[in-house]
Amino acid sequence: MIDLPLIWAALIAIAVLMYVVLDGFDLGLGILFPWIRKPAHRNTMIDSIAPVWDGNETWLVLGGGGLFAVFPLAYSLLMTAFYAPLIAMLLALIFRGVAFEFRLRDPKHTPFWDAAFAGGSMLATFAQGLVLGAFIQGIDVSGRSYAGGWYDWLTPFSLFTGVALLAGYALLGAGWLIMKTEGALQDRAYALARPLLIAVLVAIGIVSFWTALAHEAIADRWFAWPSIAILAPVPLLVVAIAWSLDRALRRRRDRMPFLMALAMFALSYLGLGISLFPQIVPPSVTIWQAASPPESLGFLLAGTLVLLPLILFYTGYVYWVFRGKVREGEGYHGH
Amino acid sequence: MNIVQLIKPDENARFPAEFFFRRPAAPDRRGALRRAAAAGCGCPRRAEGIIVVSMATELFDATLLARLQFAFTVAFHILFPAFTIGLASYLAVLEFLWLRTRRRAYLDLFRFWVRIFALAFGMGVVSGVVMSYQFGTNWGPFADATGPVLGPLLGYEVLTAFFLEAGFLGIMLFGMKRVGERLHFLATCIVAIGTLISAFWILSANSWMQTPAGHTLVDGRYLPDDWLAIVFNPSFPFRFAHMVLAAYLATAFAVGAVGAFHLRRDRASAPARTMFSMAMWMALLVAPLQLVVGDLHGLNTFEYQPAKIAAMEGHWETQAGAPLILFGWPDTEAEKTRYAIEIPKLGSFILTRDLDGTVPGLKDWPADERPNATWLFWSFRLMVGLGLLMIATGLVGLALRRGGRLYESPWFLRGAMAMGPSGFLAILAGWVTTEVGRQPWLVYGLMRTEDGRSPIAAPAVGASLSAFVVVYIAVFGFGIWYMLRMMAKQPGPDAEPPASPAPTVSARVPAGPDEAARDGAPA
Repeated sequence: MIDLPLIWAALIAIAVLMYVVLDGFDLGLGILFPWIRKPAHRNTMIDSIAPVWDGNETWLVLGGGGLFAVFPLAYSLLMTAFYAPLIAMLLALIFRGVAFEFRLRDPKHTPFWDAAFAGGSMLATFAQGLVLGAFIQGIDVSGRSYAGGWYDWLTPFSLFTGVALLAGYALLGAGWLIMKTEGALQDRAYALARPLLIAVLVAIGIVSFWTALAHEAIADRWFAWPSIAILAPVPLLVVAIAWSLDRALRRRRDRMPFLMALAMFALSYLGLGISLFPQIVPPSVTIWQAASPPESLGFLLAGTLVLLPLILFYTGYVYWVFRGKVREGEGYHGH
Repeated sequence: MNIVQLIKPDENARFPAEFFFRRPAAPDRRGALRRAAAAGCGCPRRAEGIIVVSMATELFDATLLARLQFAFTVAFHILFPAFTIGLASYLAVLEFLWLRTRRRAYLDLFRFWVRIFALAFGMGVVSGVVMSYQFGTNWGPFADATGPVLGPLLGYEVLTAFFLEAGFLGIMLFGMKRVGERLHFLATCIVAIGTLISAFWILSANSWMQTPAGHTLVDGRYLPDDWLAIVFNPSFPFRFAHMVLAAYLATAFAVGAVGAFHLRRDRASAPARTMFSMAMWMALLVAPLQLVVGDLHGLNTFEYQPAKIAAMEGHWETQAGAPLILFGWPDTEAEKTRYAIEIPKLGSFILTRDLDGTVPGLKDWPADERPNATWLFWSFRLMVGLGLLMIATGLVGLALRRGGRLYESPWFLRGAMAMGPSGFLAILAGWVTTEVGRQPWLVYGLMRTEDGRSPIAAPAVGASLSAFVVVYIAVFGFGIWYMLRMMAKQPGPDAEPPASPAPTVSARVPAGPDEAARDGAPA
């Protein structure tokens, strides 16, 4: 018997990770905007993500739509529980999404739309971090409906994860800039990446220990014998990656910092998955309880197995078409 | 600190949750609230809050607010996809014609419209992301119950359409120099096809809510039995054809209005003449076709949702040989249509193709199962009236064309400009007709609207609704303003002053030497 909910949990997890790293770096550029003020630099930053940003955001729609399709109970509970931060995130994404076009169409108000781009990126990231923290904390459920209050998502822990994600996306953004730009802008990105790396490492450490302290089951999963032996490579790898990222920054390697930042995100994400599995609405609803009937899971899976590789293929193709440093006279600016 | 955690878990402890979250299970919610308030729970200030909020809850029904929020966000959203569905196909045609004929006007038009397309597409994306979360935030129990059926349809929309559009849009907008003409044209076609695939899935999902099929109901959840029956549910083919044609018409009239605007300034402008001519051909061919498709869609609705038709027609009594009421005022209280101007027997003829056919009236249904006749009667007439004006525009355009005066007649150009927004208005009127006509059901005949709503009380729904209204009006107000400004800019390179000193809006698709360089220019 094929465990369809398990397969789907893996697919949804991949979709969310794709979203986090892809939209992560372009949200990260927005977060870095206040530290990079030269208009020409800002234009280059926008040009570097202009061809790909809405593809990146589509993974968010897949996460939402996919959850609705295969784990409707989780979709219903999570959307209701995270009502306020999710709506804040959506509104923030509107501001930053339209800013790509608007800042160019209205040169007199470019500073205003730049602020909308930066502010929207920060608020969206912070809201996603809040949701992440609140998700780890758990959600109060009775029967098939949400039973918590409407501030449940607001705690010191979720505020901290909100800030932590800002640092994380900014690091991804800096890595992207190092890879895609040259000259003074690239120097600026190098200079910003070091402190961000330190901030991210500290944040990962604090979130990890805070989670373990607050949730006995999670602490058991990581620290009990023999799992500690099996799982120890995860945190050790994070440290190794951070070290190699730092070395790449010192040696000014163009691509390595971005790739290492991606790896760091993927590993932290894996760690989160290990902590929470098999819950989809912690602490009470598992993936099997929340799953759609096999008819629905199977119907969507059949197509997904064909479509997802295809999507990855042509998304890769688009990135390949726009590979290399941002060229002068390409994107919104120049000609 | 969390307000729920402040209180011990006894009976009264639940009230802060009740304060914000309607519990479907609570039989006497207001009574419980009053008792909780009277008990005080050691937090009197909060008790006052409860009374205030419970009054607000009575003033603004949370279900109505949640409906308004969905209606508002989707009404804004639909305008952008409707425009991009039409424009994407139009751009594919323009690029094809350019590659075939190498007539400069086609390239100029492609460049002109692709920038507007990019803007509309961006706004469609961001307002669309909101929609994918609206099902869950305000309609959680609906999402939980229908997820097994509707979820995969939306999942396929993302997998087959959204990624395709978003991926190749980048190449379409920015990749000309990197991929060459043929691949660029392919990207444009893929984006156009993507918009149609997207319409296919979302209209299938909507149609299933109107005419559910292919499922079984187990413990209040809809489980899929037959996916073909679900996807191709009875109203889907009609709704899909009707909506795609509506998108094409809306775009054609918008393009026509822009063409007319530029013709009024410069009769000789080749791009303006080309776009106006193409738009008028579309009006001539597609507007009458839409009338036929709309009629078939109406007959399908008459078969599956007769109450909706009765409300659209303002019929209260079941009657043989029913009249067609042209105008009147359906009065819900009195259960009749006042001041009716009618044509005898025509109503029966349109719906049954028989002058003496029997047509059910609204009184056949209990009052709480009727859609709002006043809204439906008028939204339907607005849509049909605009449709007839579109047909007339197409015919007049043909007559003028045959007389060789298509680009010359000042009154016709003014009329075409006035018709610019007609397609979008008709789309909104049509959606009001079909969605208000679905009430009081979420899933027609099976799940009532109030039963699908999230347990979030009026203040929270109202607050988020206000936030959406403010942000949408501000952001999309700017967006539409920018779009109009771009439309007002003359198409074609000759119109642009070469080497303008001030940084102007730059081109994005095939680069021309005429465009002012912007990179590095002081902002």
